[in-house]
Amino acid sequence: MNLLESFRVALRALAANKARSFLTMLGVIIGVAAVILLVSIGSGVQASITSQIEGLGSNLLFVFPGQLEGAGGPGGGGGLTKRFALEDVRLLRDRLQGVSFVAPAASGAATVRFENKTTKAQIVASDENLSQVGTYKLARGRWYRRSEVDGSARVVQLGSAVAEKLFPFTDPIGKEVTVNGQRFKVIATMQKIGGGFGGSQDTIVYMPVTTAQRLSGSSDLAEIIVKVTRAEDVDQVRAQIKRLLKPKFGDEFTVFSQEQTLSLLGNLLGTLTVMLAGIAGISLLVGGIGIMNIMLVSVTERTREIGIRKAVGARTYDILSQFIIAAVMLSVAGGLLGILIGAGGAAALKSVVPTEVTWWSVALAFFFAAAVGVFFGAYPAYRASRLDPIVALRYE
Amino acid sequence: MAAGDKRSDASSDGEAVLEVDHVSKAYELEGVTVHALSDVSLQVRRGEMVSIMGPSGSGKSTLMHIIGLLDHPTSGQVVIEGEDVGRLTPNQLAQLRNRRIGFVFQAFNLLPRTSALANVELPLVYSGVSGANRARLAREALERVGLGNRLGHSSNQLSGGQQQRVAIARALVTEPSIVLADEPTGNLDSRSGIEVMAILQQLNAEGITVVLVTHDPNVARHAQRVVEIADGRIVREEPVKDRRSAADELANLPNAARVAAEEAPAT
Repeated sequence: MNLLESFRVALRALAANKARSFLTMLGVIIGVAAVILLVSIGSGVQASITSQIEGLGSNLLFVFPGQLEGAGGPGGGGGLTKRFALEDVRLLRDRLQGVSFVAPAASGAATVRFENKTTKAQIVASDENLSQVGTYKLARGRWYRRSEVDGSARVVQLGSAVAEKLFPFTDPIGKEVTVNGQRFKVIATMQKIGGGFGGSQDTIVYMPVTTAQRLSGSSDLAEIIVKVTRAEDVDQVRAQIKRLLKPKFGDEFTVFSQEQTLSLLGNLLGTLTVMLAGIAGISLLVGGIGIMNIMLVSVTERTREIGIRKAVGARTYDILSQFIIAAVMLSVAGGLLGILIGAGGAAALKSVVPTEVTWWSVALAFFFAAAVGVFFGAYPAYRASRLDPIVALRYE
Repeated sequence: MAAGDKRSDASSDGEAVLEVDHVSKAYELEGVTVHALSDVSLQVRRGEMVSIMGPSGSGKSTLMHIIGLLDHPTSGQVVIEGEDVGRLTPNQLAQLRNRRIGFVFQAFNLLPRTSALANVELPLVYSGVSGANRARLAREALERVGLGNRLGHSSNQLSGGQQQRVAIARALVTEPSIVLADEPTGNLDSRSGIEVMAILQQLNAEGITVVLVTHDPNVARHAQRVVEIADGRIVREEPVKDRRSAADELANLPNAARVAAEEAPAT
């Protein structure tokens, strides 16, 4: 019997039990769709964050306190002895050559209140140069000015989520809110950034660094942002920073470039994407077990038919190929439907989460599905092919 | 596969299509050795119609399985068309069954929900006959058993007698050396049974070798020769003196019965 005949026999058998074939396929459909959808979300988020960071401009340097080993990432400095203070910003600002600006950055938690509504927010505090960083865009109003930084003015810019929460119907600009119990004047609202991790970018409130220091009672800074005027000077400026900070901090600080941040985040998000794919892969495996289950049932049901086929001349190979092809047909058809649903779902979700269907996830899911069919179809097919025709013919 | 030398049997009128030579079959059943066949020898010549007759448990089913290449003897030789089948692999046996043996079973054993034509095509599928030829050969075989007008009917739309005729067409279509019919009338009413026997006799008259396995002496007497088997041994082997002709019996049946039989549902 040639392969074409095996296909026809397998197809006829699947068509005879349409509902069952579809339900068996459903396991693979869901598995493949999940792989494609989750990977597309992972890569979409990765791409969107990467482009956000790239939007900052390629010649930013971030100086963190603490020594960061290779790709250990910022925030790993548990036992820091020395933090940056505003005087270190001033030192760099005065001494660095070839830079556009040096800006401090501090952060903290805040409870923001307007009338009887409150919301949690993160504080990002800097000076007027933050407006040049690029990711933070105003929706309405104005950035805080240099004079307000110098005077520790109680002015605040609200992230879009904070603004929506506290001012659902009214214009917040010019209103007074309280941040951690202190009165602040709202001078601006920010554009929606969306996406990212936990959507936290929209729950930020922005204020002058001096104001934040007073609010928290601490003069510590989280990082110092340095913008190099010309991209080719980045390495040279990095060396300058190291030299300038060494007397005070020794090696207890790290200069991070845009590129490093990107590769770090890339690693992190890549790992996350692979994890998502792995989880989805498990459901594909479960789908495969479903195929095996139904193929075993089908072998039992069709024992007599196998006996007849063997009596009239079917060889082991003929029976084997008939059942394997049926299993592969189920998994491949399920794989194709899963790709359609996964890609369709990714397109539909695009308005909510950034998604990006990657060719490798499609290829991986499809071939994995086909392999699942071969693997889980093999055992039932083997059992069928080994049936003794005498026993099979007597089977009721 | 090697055709083998076609040995002719000097003592008979035709060459031997099948030789069973000192065949024994024993198997273990719950620790006890059962001798299903003991030293059975048998020859079937080309064009012959032979009945193997015996009560249930006599070993005739085991003999049929061995002749049909579905089972191996414990000792002894089976030679089909001059070829010793003793050392063949299961796949070679499958091919030999496909070419040399046509099966007709008591329970018909047609593929369910499959048309008569597709059922008859089945052995051709496994012998590698291409699509158009296959359909033509299957149609011709169905016409030979009088079902030329039922090609598209699926097995559950046919009466028992019709199903058995489809099975006979399936057995014929590869032009086998032997048509092996195991209680072919066992599941049929008497009229359909006679019709099936008439077809087998007709085919035999056209030159096809038929081996009929049955417990019923009346059915066995449709053959030219009866081999009687009991307790795994051949106890008698003799030509049939007053051979029955199913066609004559059919002609003598009253017409009313014919109508009733035609409309009888499948069993």
